[in-house]
Amino acid sequence: MLKTMLKATVFAATLAVSAGAFQAPAFADVVYNRGSAAEPESLDPHKTSTIYEANVLRDLFQGLVMQDEKANVIPGAAESWTVSDDGTVYTFKLRKDGMWSDGSPVTAEDFVYAFHRLEDPATGAEYASMLYPIKGAEEVNTKKGKPEDMGVKAIDATTLEVTLKAPTPYFLEMLTHQATYPVSKASIDKLDADWVKAGKLVSNGAYTLAEWVPNDHIKLIKNPKFWEADTVKIDTVNYIPTEDRASAIKRFEAGELDSYDDLPTEQLADLQAKFGDQIKVGPYLGTYYYAIKTDKAPWDNVELRNAISMAIDRDFLAEKVWQNSMLPGYSMVPPGIEGYTPALAKYADMPQIDREDEAKKILEKLGYTPEHPLKMEIRYNTSENHKNTAVAIQEQLKPLGVEVTLLNTDTKTHYSFLEQKGNYDVARAGWIADYKDPETFLGISRKASGNNYSDFDNADFEKAMDKAAAAGGNPQERMKDLSEAERVLVDNVGNIPLLYYSYHDIVSPKLHGFVDNVMDVHPSRFISKD
Amino acid sequence: MLLYVFRRLLTAIPTLFVIVTLAFFLIRVAPGGPFNQERGLSPEIKANLEAQFGLNDPLWVQYLHYLKNLAHGDFGPSYNLPDFTVGELFAKGLPISIQLGASALVLALLLGSLLGTVAALNQNKAGDYSVIALATAGSTIPTFVIAPIIQLVFGLTWKMLPIGGWGDGAFVNKIGPVITLALPQIAIVARLMRGSMIESLHSHHIRTARALGLSDWSVVVKHALRGAVLPIVSFTGPAAAALLTGSIIVETIFAIPGVGRYFVDAALNRDYTLVMGTVVVIAIFTIVFNLIVDIMYAVVDPRVRYD
Repeated sequence: MLKTMLKATVFAATLAVSAGAFQAPAFADVVYNRGSAAEPESLDPHKTSTIYEANVLRDLFQGLVMQDEKANVIPGAAESWTVSDDGTVYTFKLRKDGMWSDGSPVTAEDFVYAFHRLEDPATGAEYASMLYPIKGAEEVNTKKGKPEDMGVKAIDATTLEVTLKAPTPYFLEMLTHQATYPVSKASIDKLDADWVKAGKLVSNGAYTLAEWVPNDHIKLIKNPKFWEADTVKIDTVNYIPTEDRASAIKRFEAGELDSYDDLPTEQLADLQAKFGDQIKVGPYLGTYYYAIKTDKAPWDNVELRNAISMAIDRDFLAEKVWQNSMLPGYSMVPPGIEGYTPALAKYADMPQIDREDEAKKILEKLGYTPEHPLKMEIRYNTSENHKNTAVAIQEQLKPLGVEVTLLNTDTKTHYSFLEQKGNYDVARAGWIADYKDPETFLGISRKASGNNYSDFDNADFEKAMDKAAAAGGNPQERMKDLSEAERVLVDNVGNIPLLYYSYHDIVSPKLHGFVDNVMDVHPSRFISKD
Repeated sequence: MLLYVFRRLLTAIPTLFVIVTLAFFLIRVAPGGPFNQERGLSPEIKANLEAQFGLNDPLWVQYLHYLKNLAHGDFGPSYNLPDFTVGELFAKGLPISIQLGASALVLALLLGSLLGTVAALNQNKAGDYSVIALATAGSTIPTFVIAPIIQLVFGLTWKMLPIGGWGDGAFVNKIGPVITLALPQIAIVARLMRGSMIESLHSHHIRTARALGLSDWSVVVKHALRGAVLPIVSFTGPAAAALLTGSIIVETIFAIPGVGRYFVDAALNRDYTLVMGTVVVIAIFTIVFNLIVDIMYAVVDPRVRYD
């Protein structure tokens, strides 16, 4: 009797459990475990600076415009906009169903408040310069103007008027940057510095911030108040920072991560063999270059600079040092910006042997031979790949009569030294595009730029850049002008471009909507998972 | 004894003060600051940032400001993770590092003592040699080799352990990191134990005990061990301080959100407040554990007296 009852109980229990097991998948959350190579520094849009913040913020907030899965500009909080004939006044119509995650509507006042806050010196925003094209913005940020005089006005609750200093064709691209996202004034007034905390952060995008355990995970959950919430397929996004690239690949293989935004590039060939098309590698808008002190002898001789640049075998660097995770670069602006043709160095198509001969001839003419070598010091910030690049170049230049010494310092020391225009010959630097426009790459070589580590000062270049800025109303002409400006920069060797960056991700075949693009932008709201 | 403890704790305060002062000024000697990076900032923006954190005040003003806040237990915001204060970062990460470190320490002490005792009892025989060989291997193979091997073998190949992550404190997530942390310490403890056990086993009172016919167990565990354990106690003090504050290598490879990484990253990032936080924490741990070790001496060895 007891035995029968026991058997019946076990049978019933098993049925119940298995019934539950059948039910579970239908209600299970779709979870995307998104590996990232580093932790974001802050989730306050006005305090951000790196791509790691950009990725998370892009899921949390909606700026006036956003990027789709191909990184093209699409409407965001603004459903439409018009530009005045002279290109200086943008009128944005905000969508009427735009809502914050606390249920309050997103209004034009929110954007006015956010733009003021970005430029407010007390905020200490690193990317305040993203809104400098707006009239009066730079003045506010440098304490020379008042917020009321800034060219941003709420015409009514859903109409925002932005007035620029001058026509800026790439302004909409700049508005995809996370520094321009709105923030909830009500939330900041109530919570002060705590407004960014998980569970409290009020956002207007596809997701809200559920948890942030530093160096462990950031959990985003779907925002039901998002105006397009029904198209968002992923319920929970876990950003999982894994700094050790090799460890991340193992975690991916074990299924702990569905994607990872970096790769141990020294293993790239093996990874591609093992993972096939789960590995995504392609051009990324970034340039790896050597700054060279153009105002210090002997580097002030343009022929000498040209000889050095010519002699460097970039194919070798790309293939052997970087395992093809970087591409050989002969211009300051990398390829991939529609409508723009980068100005490549004149010797880009010359065979390496001829380039080395030509360089050797120039160096001999200037009196440098292996017996009486030219002394050059290359500074770089500590990293295996930077070291290997510099060592390779040291070897390449030796037979030509250039004696290279290397000096590496940690990243902070390196950039602090460059910023203070220390006494160096050649220094490694890189530039990643903030927005999809050649301006971001060429602007840093202007005399006034703080990032002009080469101290490049060329009147023709300045004229050409001014001309391009003046042609703001005519995008095609402006692109041509910029290309001509780059031609001046490259021919005068304002920098020694070496390589173009590439993105390298690993993506599980279960994910859809992760589309390769030159900005490596993959908003979670366009991604789905099997 | 109690007076001794009290005196030690009292001297800890000026010690901490000196350490904090030295660290405060030394970290600022390093070139560069928290806001130097590849994409240089305009002088105005940099000035705005520095004003926010009080970095453009004269140095002695910043120092006094820091001391005042420290007296209230406020370590300040982290410069590189400004959404969190240094206190919050440690509140979240220190318990994790302590869990892993304590487990590794206990494992090292138990297993190391066992192996060392076995080696001592089998001196110059197979048991001894194998323990020494294992100990040498354990202390020479670096943690950044052991960790990926554990991940590969136990994680990917045998699928017994997760590759990384804290998993909210799940037991399986701790196994890899604890073993990696413990292995070098097991090796050290084993060698220490072997050495002092051998010495203890040859001492007079052990000869007497054996002569009196006491069992092997009684001789080794009740009598020889007590004398042999002193070097282990010395070792445990600084080892505990180091282990409980986390290891950057283990935490990076296993993606554990502990505080070990802060010791290196904060300095490299010139995150002044976080660096000061790490210095204060490790100073406190070192002082406390050294005190505990000294107390343990008195407990273990009745010949030790503090007056």
